[in-house]
Formats: sequence, C-alpha cells, structure tokens
Amino acid sequence: MTNAEKYVTAAYCVVFALVLLYVVIIAMKLRRLEREVDALAERTVRRPEEEREPAQVG
Amino acid sequence: MSGPHGTMAGVGRTYRIPLPALAAASLVLVTTALALVFFVAPNDADQGFSQRIFYVHVSIAFTAYLCFGLGAWKALLHLWKREPAADLESYVAIHQGVIFGALVLVTGSIWARISWGHWWLWSENQLVLFLVLFLFYAAYFMLRFSIDAGPQRANLCAVYALFGVVLIPVSFLAIRLAQRFIHPVVFTRHGAAFGGWIMVAYLVSQAAMLVLAYTLYRVELSGKRLDARIRDLRRVYA
Repeated sequence: MTNAEKYVTAAYCVVFALVLLYVVIIAMKLRRLEREVDALAERTVRRPEEEREPAQVG
Repeated sequence: MSGPHGTMAGVGRTYRIPLPALAAASLVLVTTALALVFFVAPNDADQGFSQRIFYVHVSIAFTAYLCFGLGAWKALLHLWKREPAADLESYVAIHQGVIFGALVLVTGSIWARISWGHWWLWSENQLVLFLVLFLFYAAYFMLRFSIDAGPQRANLCAVYALFGVVLIPVSFLAIRLAQRFIHPVVFTRHGAAFGGWIMVAYLVSQAAMLVLAYTLYRVELSGKRLDARIRDLRRVYA
C-alpha cells in the first residue's frame, strides 16, 4: 500500500466511523425513548386500575 | 400542550418522502459514489491517487455550508413567521452542519498532510475561516444549553444562527479573494476545473452526501420530536 493509498483510506474511514458513531448515538437515544414510552404505557394501564379500587368506608 | 421546544401541537410535520426511502436512497448513492471514486474515476495528473480525497472532502464541505444555511433559514422563519417547528429544525440543521464541518476539517487535514506536508496551515485564509465558521456554530450549543428551554432561548438561538450565516459566503469566497494561496480552486467563474468521469464521480458523491445528510437530519428531528412529546406526557402524568 502506497502512502497516498493509506491517507485516502484513512480519510474515507474517518467519515465512515463518524457517521457510524452518529447512528449508534441516535440508536441509543431511541432505546431510551422506547423505555420511556414503555414506562408511560405501564402507568397508563396501572392508573385506571388504581382509580377502580374501592374506597375504604368507615 | 407546551414543551421544551415551544407548543407541541403543530410541531410535527408530514414529509412527502418517507424515511425508509431516504435511507435506501442514501445507501444506493453512497455505494455508487464509492464505486465511481475507486474503480472508475481516473488518477489526477498532478496529485495522483491522493486526489480521491477531493470527492468526499468537497461534497462534505458543501453539505456543511448547506446545513448551516438551512439552520439560518429556519431561524429566520422562527423570528419572522413564528413557525412552531422552526426552532427545533434550525437546531437540528446546525447540529448536522457541525458534524459535517468536523468531517471537513479532518478530511482536509489528511489531504493537506499528503499534498502540502502539513496537517494545518495557519497562513491559509480558507482553512482559518472555515475553522472560525465551525467554532462559531459549535458555540451555538453552549448558548442553547446555557438557557432554559422556552421562547427566550428560541429567539436568542435564532438570532445567533442568523449572524453565523454571514460567515458562509466569506468562508466560501476567501480562497477566491486571497492573493496568495495553495488551497486548490476547482470551481471558478468559468465553471468546474474538471470534467468527464471526475465530474460524474464528484456529482454522485455530492448527491450521496446531500441525501445522507437529509436522512440523518430527518432521523434526528424525529427523535427530538418524540422526546419532546414524551416529556409533555410525563408532565401531564406527574
């Protein structure tokens, strides 16, 4: 591999690596959002059940 | 419903091109561009094989300028028409611009090392002005994250983004105005300084970078909108 080939490969690899890193960061953020949606969905299901519980009388 | 990026009602926007189609187009264009650059385009008579950095470096540079320009345009729409989605769109466009700007600096440095024997030259106006533009927009995030979310932050960020757009033509024209330079000029008033397969490879690379940037912009925007909506819902449930 010549010197020029090494530098060209490095330039293209840097671009690929940074775009890949960006995609990984976005994927991690989406995972967090997914967990938050799950937590909200769970609360939505639990809430009507709590509201239906009979009130203690006397 | 009010959120960190303003009123959430109306922030969502329907786009004509669905995201999977954009992602597929990015993949096809990037693959075609790489094939053209490495298997079809001839070696440059002057720089030889190392000139192939040009296809990625120049395409990314124009994409970064366009992202900053889009960020400024959305900032103007926020200040002028008070579009509810404009602040978030401006922020995401500038974020994309900074990412592509970082890539311009890195690929440019690699190219400079092999062509000029230096990683960086402070005497070159084109390089220094691009660095100033990059740092200016990098500082945008310091401003944005130092103010609480709300109309005041949106207005200040929009004004800042608009100021930065002035640097784009200055940075672009610096090389043409400079008396003495070593940075190559490939686009002159008489057209491009190349043709044939080099031109085809460049145009496909440019299209690939633009579609890739737009795809990433849309993905990030969707994530940010979803995040804002979830925060609003959590506030309702609290």
